[in-house]
Amino acid sequence: MHKLLLLGDEAIAQAGIDAGMSGIFAYPGTPSTEITEYVRASKEAKSKGITANWAANEKTAAEQALGMSYAGKRAMTCMKHVGLNVAADVFLNAAITGANGGLIFVVADDPSMHSSQNEQDSRVYGKFAMVPILEPSNQQEAYDMVHEGFDISERLQVPVMLRITTRLAHSRAGVVRKNERPQNQFKLPEDLRQFILLPAIARKRYQLLLDNQPKFQKLSEESEFNQFIPGDDHSMGIIACGLAFNYLMENYPDRKVPYPVVKVSQYPLPKQHIERLYNTCDKILVLEEGYPVVEEMLQGFLNHGKEIKGRLDGTLPRTGELNPNHVGKALGFPQPEIADIPALVARRPPSLCKGCPHADSFIGLNEALEEYGRGRVFSDIGCYTLSALPPYQSINTCVDMGASITMAKGAADAGMHPAVAVIGDSTFTHSGITGLLDAVNDKSNITVIILDNATTGMTGGQPSSAFEKIDDICKGIGVDESHIRVIKPLRKQHEENTRILKEELAYEGVSVIIARRECIVTLNKRMRQKFKDKQKSTT
Amino acid sequence: MKNDIILAGVGGQGILSIAAIIGYAAVQSGLYLKQAEVHGMSQRGGDVQSHLRLSSNDIASDLIPEGKADMIISVEPMESLRYLPFLGPEGWLITNTEPFVNIPDYPDKEDVLQEIRKLPRHVALNADTIADDVGSKKAANVVILGAASPFIDIPFEKLEDAVRFLFGKKGEDLVDINLKALRAGRDVAKKDAQK
Repeated sequence: MHKLLLLGDEAIAQAGIDAGMSGIFAYPGTPSTEITEYVRASKEAKSKGITANWAANEKTAAEQALGMSYAGKRAMTCMKHVGLNVAADVFLNAAITGANGGLIFVVADDPSMHSSQNEQDSRVYGKFAMVPILEPSNQQEAYDMVHEGFDISERLQVPVMLRITTRLAHSRAGVVRKNERPQNQFKLPEDLRQFILLPAIARKRYQLLLDNQPKFQKLSEESEFNQFIPGDDHSMGIIACGLAFNYLMENYPDRKVPYPVVKVSQYPLPKQHIERLYNTCDKILVLEEGYPVVEEMLQGFLNHGKEIKGRLDGTLPRTGELNPNHVGKALGFPQPEIADIPALVARRPPSLCKGCPHADSFIGLNEALEEYGRGRVFSDIGCYTLSALPPYQSINTCVDMGASITMAKGAADAGMHPAVAVIGDSTFTHSGITGLLDAVNDKSNITVIILDNATTGMTGGQPSSAFEKIDDICKGIGVDESHIRVIKPLRKQHEENTRILKEELAYEGVSVIIARRECIVTLNKRMRQKFKDKQKSTT
Repeated sequence: MKNDIILAGVGGQGILSIAAIIGYAAVQSGLYLKQAEVHGMSQRGGDVQSHLRLSSNDIASDLIPEGKADMIISVEPMESLRYLPFLGPEGWLITNTEPFVNIPDYPDKEDVLQEIRKLPRHVALNADTIADDVGSKKAANVVILGAASPFIDIPFEKLEDAVRFLFGKKGEDLVDINLKALRAGRDVAKKDAQK
């Protein structure tokens, strides 16, 4: 059959389209962004009427997916690992309500923090919510697991987590499609009280989730994604989770591992396979991408059993993503002699683009703040976080989406003045509005700079929920109109902009400065398209 | 057959286009392929790399093991050196000689080229000038691919077909320029190898 060459993200998206998904809901976040982008660009998805819009944040996205599931249709919600923190409320409670139409939470973890502030492991969340977790080892499994995930979700009325990591999300390989399935018809839940989590009902639903655990366990034991692969050498048994299975196989060119192996790609952990491995092998090596989740479970608190090797005992690095060399070393293979990186090779960190409006905003802000000294700028998550690096070195914090405004408020309440928050337009509507409301209600002395480049820049220029709404939002939640200032961050307006910034920094109360100029990347893209359209119409 | 290739450059220099051309040609030749890309933060002018693996057998890891790559193809000289730990003992390094300077502490160009010349198997060419000569500076990445083509176990015609397919949507002019770029790169590498 014809193979498509797809990123792991794209395989998941294509599988959703093929498996009768009616809607996909997400906020962009590396490495999950390409899932929703693929569906949005797909003509097939369009012709099938699949809903694929960017949401204001991961929580609103996941709740929309849950609503679609309530209405009996299949829905997917996608996010990066820290996005699940934002959607944790709905995720954990959706495990209690259960699903009606198939519901999949796709969560893309970022071990090694390629584009993230931590490397939290979403399997911990999955276990916390007590839902089945699927963890593909390759692009084909990622595709197949969407089909399987919707089936499990509908059969057992439970949301399913599909956990991937950066390396799979952004790696391309051939994928064979399955037969297409029609979308579900609109169908209310059989029990109209299923989704009402009043304590009396919630207790029953929670009990049902607990009662279903053995069923999830049985699914895992019987799952084709989990395998016991026999081996003759019982001096060691290997558990390889998700992507780590590939790194194991890479070390055996004939794909024949001498040790018994349990390949884990579905959770709860397949107990029978693992028990068989433990009982027949002298020690166990655990290979897993992310936290030592399985390793800790196996080891237990007292660690009185057989030797368990992995990330905790130093056999593998405690942090960062795995690779074939790490795994090869853990297996005891001699590693090839490798060349050093020549000393003259300089670091080349990412930087703001040439012509980026943020650059002008930070040059102005740095000058306006000169008289107060450094250490007063609370920032947020987006391209503008790069202003932490030279030559700007403007900001002092980057913690979680929206934290700029609220941290500035906390510092202002502690007596800091001026206290400055710098936040992007998309991040502002993601999680900044409620913090600004707190500041207005408490009359805190903060200056909020909203960098409005009319897009979600860092993830590749997705439409921003804030587009053309920021001024009205600020007015609507009560910011004094005379302290909502709009500037255009351009070099030639540097002096005027700096003057306005200085005025608002000196003001005691909540002030908002909207620095508005389109992202240079989306602007160039738009201009190129315009040029092309013009050429088309003249030929 | 197995080709493990590290593609290197700076965000925006078109290494994913090189990957797409080789990838399309590989699939058309019935090969297995895995290609790990860098998306997100680093694409903003930072160093980027892609692991491209071609094989007649199934491929396990998305990442090439250190010390095992058959070649490094780089559109920027300093970036070509960043991935030396991946290069195998028999591996080739094919690189552009023209620096992309977007950092204040970029090393002296001559020192960088000196490091490259230390490698027993390398092809270094000024792809910017060659690309300019065939019609567009932007085709420097395809010139480099052309220079790497003698080391890739895919018939050259398949690479040409891939260029026709991938640039076809953008117009005949671009197809023409990129085919010229591909051939010009190959010619330099062949001449180099005879030396």
